[in-house]
Amino acid sequence: MGYNKRIDGRKNDEMRKIEAKVGVIKRAEGSAYFRIGNTWAYAAVYGPRELFPKFKQNPGTGILRCSYNMMPFSSSHDRVRPGGSRRSKEISMVTEKALSPVLDLSQYPNSVVDVFIELPETEAGSRCAGITAAAMALADAGIAMKDLVAAVSVGRVDDKIVVDLDYSEEAYEGGPVADIPVAMMPNSGEITLLQMDGLISKEKLKEALGMAKKALKEINEIQKAALKDKYKVV
Amino acid sequence: MYREIRNHIIKNLKAGIRFDGRKALEYRKPITVEYGFTKTAEGSAKVTIGETEVICGIKTEIGKPYPDSPNEGTMMVGAEFLPLSNPEFEAGPPGIDSIELARVVDRGIRESKCIDFKSLCLEPGEKAWTIIIDICPLNDAGNLLDASALAALAALKDFRFPKLDEDGKIVYKEKGTEKIKLLCEPVECTVIKVGEFFIVDPIIDEQKAVDARLTVAVLRTEILLLCRKAEIVL
Repeated sequence: MGYNKRIDGRKNDEMRKIEAKVGVIKRAEGSAYFRIGNTWAYAAVYGPRELFPKFKQNPGTGILRCSYNMMPFSSSHDRVRPGGSRRSKEISMVTEKALSPVLDLSQYPNSVVDVFIELPETEAGSRCAGITAAAMALADAGIAMKDLVAAVSVGRVDDKIVVDLDYSEEAYEGGPVADIPVAMMPNSGEITLLQMDGLISKEKLKEALGMAKKALKEINEIQKAALKDKYKVV
Repeated sequence: MYREIRNHIIKNLKAGIRFDGRKALEYRKPITVEYGFTKTAEGSAKVTIGETEVICGIKTEIGKPYPDSPNEGTMMVGAEFLPLSNPEFEAGPPGIDSIELARVVDRGIRESKCIDFKSLCLEPGEKAWTIIIDICPLNDAGNLLDASALAALAALKDFRFPKLDEDGKIVYKEKGTEKIKLLCEPVECTVIKVGEFFIVDPIIDEQKAVDARLTVAVLRTEILLLCRKAEIVL
């Protein structure tokens, strides 16, 4: 029979409702939130500032340090125990790798740019929301960037290719599911993050990435609009 | 450096002025409460006092009552000083300041007896609700304590018990409707002493110049419930 109609009624290439705002945390150098459906990420940027412990300093360049954390009440299931998990450490690392290609921190030797991502509410796609928010926060902090980074998940639910899988689709039991988070530099189209859980054919993967590219352009427009909105003359 | 700022604060207080133009016993404005801030929590709220923003979310679990109180459920308050909310907060396990904050909020709720712990019991000696209140600052512009206590109270007012299935397990798919009975509403107020002056709702600089601090929880009938005194020797 196949997966003919998406559980929440969206079109295959339709993302959940998106909301983005920049400058939401006053104490940070740069900040933003990005909300997609019931997934909500805040990001705050501090730095460039001196990196401690000192032995981690690099006299050649500044470094980017990302931290991804789910708030204890952010899961739609049981409470998330505070403190880093193996999962959050991995996501912190891939977030760093997804964002560092757009940054040039060589002007800031021995320094660190800290990006803290906190999620008050999650329902699938949280690493992508985190990366998208973090890119906006970095731009808001005035860090030199050659492009923004936008991220979204695409994937396969049974025989269909869909964008921005929600929890019910990730957990779909009527057929095979593949969940593919993609982060991209929207101007150049270069991919900075590509992960996948599940099985997919080569052709379907290409189709999915094409769909991701289109969705990421859309997200990029929202990012740019949110950044401009902060400096709107009232 | 703080000696100079402190001298400056005292000099200004002598003239009846604070850095942001407030009177000694005046809170920042606006003070806002947003109920149901995150949908994944069984109860949540965001509180702002001036630029300080705190989110509180409540999750619940079913556990075995303590042997010395078989007819009662339990409550736990946790606070994490997220590094996203203040450049001086470091990632890692909770520090003494966040532990103190959590315990002061805990005591305000517990000692005011606003929750009837007997009402949290499902099966005497076997099953009872554990209410877990988590506090996450979003922007720390001073006086996290009063904001956190208010957020915890607001989240309790927003709290709905989740539904249980036939096996007594929590059903997360649909939200419950039953509220928790609150017998009173404790609000905490912190007064700090700088030199010979007493002020409420300190901003960060004032907080760092503190000589003594006192937090009281009050009810509508203005009964003094708890005292917590911390003295800092400069």
